[in-house]
This record gives sequence, C-alpha cells and structure tokens, in this order.
Amino acid sequence: MKHVFGVQVGPVTFRIGSAWRKPITQLQALYRDYPKDGGVPDFTVRLAPLRPWRRWIRPAVAIGGDFVIPDAAPLPLDQGLLAAEMGMNLQMALGQRRFLLLHAAAVERDGCAIVLTGESGAGKSTLAALLQGRGWRLMADEFVLLDPMTGLIHPFPRPVSLKNDSIDVVARALPHSEWGPLISDTPKGTIRHLVPQAHAVAGAKSPARPRLLLFPRFCAAPDQRVVGAGEAFVRLTQASTNYVVLGERGFLALTRLVSDVTRVAIDYPDADTAAAMIEGLW
Amino acid sequence: MTPALTLTRLLADATAASSLDPDAWTGVLGVARAEQLIGTLAMRLDGLVLPRRVAEVLEDAKATALEGRRQALWEAEMARRALSGVIEPLILLKGTAFAAAGLDAGQGRSIGDLDVLVPRAKLAQVEAALLAHGWVWVKPDPYDDAYYRQWMHELPPLVHPERDRMIDVHHTILPLTARRTPDANQLIANAVPLGSGFATLGHPDMVVHAAVHLFGDGDLSGGLRNLWDIDRLLREFGDEEECFWTELGNCAAEHGAADVVARAVRLADALFRTPVPAGWAGARPTDRMFLRRLLARNGWGQETRPATRLAFYIRSHLLRMPPGMLARHLWIKWRKSAGGKERLQQAPR
Repeated sequence: MKHVFGVQVGPVTFRIGSAWRKPITQLQALYRDYPKDGGVPDFTVRLAPLRPWRRWIRPAVAIGGDFVIPDAAPLPLDQGLLAAEMGMNLQMALGQRRFLLLHAAAVERDGCAIVLTGESGAGKSTLAALLQGRGWRLMADEFVLLDPMTGLIHPFPRPVSLKNDSIDVVARALPHSEWGPLISDTPKGTIRHLVPQAHAVAGAKSPARPRLLLFPRFCAAPDQRVVGAGEAFVRLTQASTNYVVLGERGFLALTRLVSDVTRVAIDYPDADTAAAMIEGLW
Repeated sequence: MTPALTLTRLLADATAASSLDPDAWTGVLGVARAEQLIGTLAMRLDGLVLPRRVAEVLEDAKATALEGRRQALWEAEMARRALSGVIEPLILLKGTAFAAAGLDAGQGRSIGDLDVLVPRAKLAQVEAALLAHGWVWVKPDPYDDAYYRQWMHELPPLVHPERDRMIDVHHTILPLTARRTPDANQLIANAVPLGSGFATLGHPDMVVHAAVHLFGDGDLSGGLRNLWDIDRLLREFGDEEECFWTELGNCAAEHGAADVVARAVRLADALFRTPVPAGWAGARPTDRMFLRRLLARNGWGQETRPATRLAFYIRSHLLRMPPGMLARHLWIKWRKSAGGKERLQQAPR
C-alpha cells in the first residue's frame, strides 16, 4: 500500500497501510512516543477505497485487514484516524489469541491492577483517564489483556477514545495532556483521542497482578456492593470477544481471575468520589 | 516472486522457510491469512526454527486451528445425534471429513460450515429431524428458499443458534442446473465408514468432489486452500493405495468430471509439486489463467487482478445455470435488492 505506519503497543505490533497520506500523518502524530515497528506484524490494518474512484471522489475509507466484518460501513476521509483506530480494535477483537481479551479499562499502582469493566457508556474510559491524575498508571482503555499462562494483566495503552462531554471533563482535569484531532459527526458523536501519560507508554512492557475487579457506573447516588464470583464470571464472558475461541484456556484464565480478585460494583457521581471509593477498597 | 507464490512454495517445501527475510514473511503471512491457509502453514512449519515474531503468529494460528477442529468435530457429533435413526452412518464432506478421518488435508485446516451428504429420498426426514433439534432457517426469503429447493444441490442453509454453527445438507455435489451431473447414488454407495457413526466419501470420490467444487462451481474464491486439499489427498491416497490413480480416472469419468479432475491434478502439480503419474502430468494453455486467478492476492492480503477475477466470476454463473435462467435469476435478485433499498430509504428515521 502507498502509505505505511508500523507501531508497537504493549505486546502487540500493528502494520497500518493506507491509500491516503492523511490518516498515516495523524497516526504518526498520535503515536509519536510509542515504539515504531517495521518487523513482521501481529496484525495488518488496511485503509482503502471501496471502489477505485472513491479515492478521489467523495473519498470513503473502508476498514480492512487480516480480520474484517463483511458489511462494515466506510467512513469519510476526515475520519480516517478513527477508521485506523477501529481497524486496530477489530484486529484485536477478532484475531487476538495470545491473551484473553476483556472489554475493559485497567490502571496500575505498586505492581497491582484494577480492572474496570461495564457496558459502553458506563464511564470506564473516562474514569480510567481521570485516575491518571491521581497516581495511577493507565494500562488499557478498550482491551485488557489477561495472560492465560501467568494470570497477569499486560499493558495495552492505546490512546483513550473519549466521547462528547467527557472530552472537556478530562481536558479540564488533565490540562497538560496530548490529544489527537477532534473528530466530529461520527456515528458516536464527537470523538477525541487522549495520549496516555508518558510513564504509561514507557511502561508498556511491565505486566501487573490484578487485585480489584470494578464494575463502575456513572450515577447520581454513590453506592457500592460486592459482586459474587459467579456473576463476575458471567459478566466477563460477555465482555470478552475471544472467550469462546480460546476454549479451555479462556475458561481457566477467567475462573482464576474472578477467584483471585476483590469484586465490587460502584455507582459514582464524580471522579473524586470514585477515587475515594477505590482508595477504600485498595 | 510474489508473496502468494512464495506461500505455495513454502507449503510444498517447508525447508524454504530458512531463506525468507522479514518482509517476505510479512507478505506470506498476509496472503496465508486472507486465503485461510495460516493454520495449515503453522502445522507445516511446526517444529522448525523460525524468527521469533513469525513463530508467535503461527503459534496463535495453530491454537486457533486446533480449537476450530475440536468445535467442528463436536458440531458433527451434534448432527449425528440429531439424525440417528434417520441417517446412519452420517457422510461428512470437505473439512470436517478430513479432520474426522485424520487425513493430512485436515492438518491445521480452517473449517467453516458442517457439510453432510444424505440420500435425496431422505431429505424431508433429515430436515424435520434437524428442525426438531433446534436448527433454524438462515434465509427466510421465499424466493431463495424455493430456488434452493428446486435447483440447488443442498437444502437452504440451517443454523444452530445456540452454537452459532451452520449445516449444509447436500443430496449431491453440484447444483441441478449445472451441465455436469455427478452420480449421487454412486457417491453414497462408495462411502467409507469411519466407525463412531460417521463416514466419508470413497477416496477417489473425495478428490472428484474437491475438484468439481473448485473448478466446476464457484469463482475460485478460496481456491488456493481447495487446491492444497487436493494436493494432500492425492499424495496420501497415491502413496497408500496401489490402484488409486486408476480408480481416480474411472471415477472421474463416471461422474462426467474427467476434465476438472485432470485440471486439478495438473494445477496441484504446478503449484505444490504433487507427485503425479506420467499420463496425468503436463500443462494446458488455459491452466495459466487459472494460476493467475488462484494467486491473485498481494502481501497486504488484498485481492488483485480485478479483470481476471471478474472473468472467473462470470464463468461461475455460466457454469451454474443456462444463460436464460441466469438472466431471470439475476433480474429477480436485482429487483429484490433495489426494492429493499427503497423500503429502507422510505422508513421513518
């Protein structure tokens, strides 16, 4: 392909090829501090026009790669960076086999990790981003990688995809952060990517032992309750994109995780309250 | 050498692995993934010393293939239980058959739907038994359903929603509209029992089916993998059975498939260096077009050679049905899709 970018995020390497220069330039800026990679990649992402003339006329970016969904809608070229990020997510969701993949965020302190999981809109990305300002290292925003052999969480510190109101909330709380461009009018509203803090990117090789499994929910009245191992197990099977294909390895990894950690659901009205609750549980 | 050609060389001769540089590996793995041959490649190169990154990618592919094999065999067992009393033994086709019979062709192979062959006279009973055991129709469209029942070589596809697996119930191996008419009764009569309630086609029939599927139907999508199946089958049966090649010739002639089987043998020889008896070897001028189509993919996993692809796409429809019937079929399909779009546009937002 005409324009190429290779990058390593935690233990995973990507090769992204594009028919246009712009998405690659944007990736180079967003991933400026990540290790570049030109070796044999784990995954390939392709950004190409669906029909040849769509390279120039109303350019539309179809997301391709080693693993694809057949009828994914193309995005306008202005959203090429988002297409690249979605393409990388898709490779992980459909192709990752080395780690059990949990749709969750994770932060680390003292070598131990909190895994934050919940449905989309529960506020886990926002909370994980904000915890960075309170002494936590961001390990993952979208995908938590659980090593079935060791039970450790491996960092996958991709830029944090923040949406709509949470962009301003995080920008106020972390005023010196690096950001990608503002991408408006996407199917999910306005999106902007927050570059994790320098020690998160630099520490992308240090795994952590999971200690706390949190089911956060953004809610006016603060509350917390213990979650049973069975409920946590079932909710995490639903939050995993590769639990079934990993077979017995996935089952063993997940049963071990839920029995080793403290499991709590919290309702939090703001980041301060959430941080205080987490300190109390830690 | 293109990455696709490098992949075929590597599959045929694993020792070539030591001569590849990282860029060549990247291309080979890209093609292998796109052609669903990565699990096969992983098994072929298993045990060799490989660059660390390549070894990691192939280790994942191997684990995926082994898990896929386990799930495919489990699905076959589920179908066998649902059909016990109606069909015994259950004749498996394609990937599941290779895996169940422990054939080389099944090593690392990705397996999609479960394909089985049953006598046409038992179709209604088979259908009822599957529906009673939780399978449901995938295509609720009446035209598609009627088309399948009147003209196709299989029931409309059924899916088991709990396990999310499809089953294709064949009563012969080519659409009834095709010019070729293989003898389905002969296929069933020559089936080889595996014990445990399963059977496969007879070995020459297995090759005939693979060749007919590859060159007598379809547009050669995924053709590289199907040709690899044929190479493995020819090697394994040719080694073990003295009269195999004679039987293959007779069997191909009986099913009216001598030309496609001969082409499959020639192309397997050309791409994978299959050991082939003197009478079968050689090349025909048209083989080059087929090779062009089989290798039409680049190191990014993208389809290439659009004109060749289009030609084979058109060819596939001409093979499948006479032109008049094709025109009617495409017209109905087009009107339905256009009508569907109109309805979508009119739908309130």
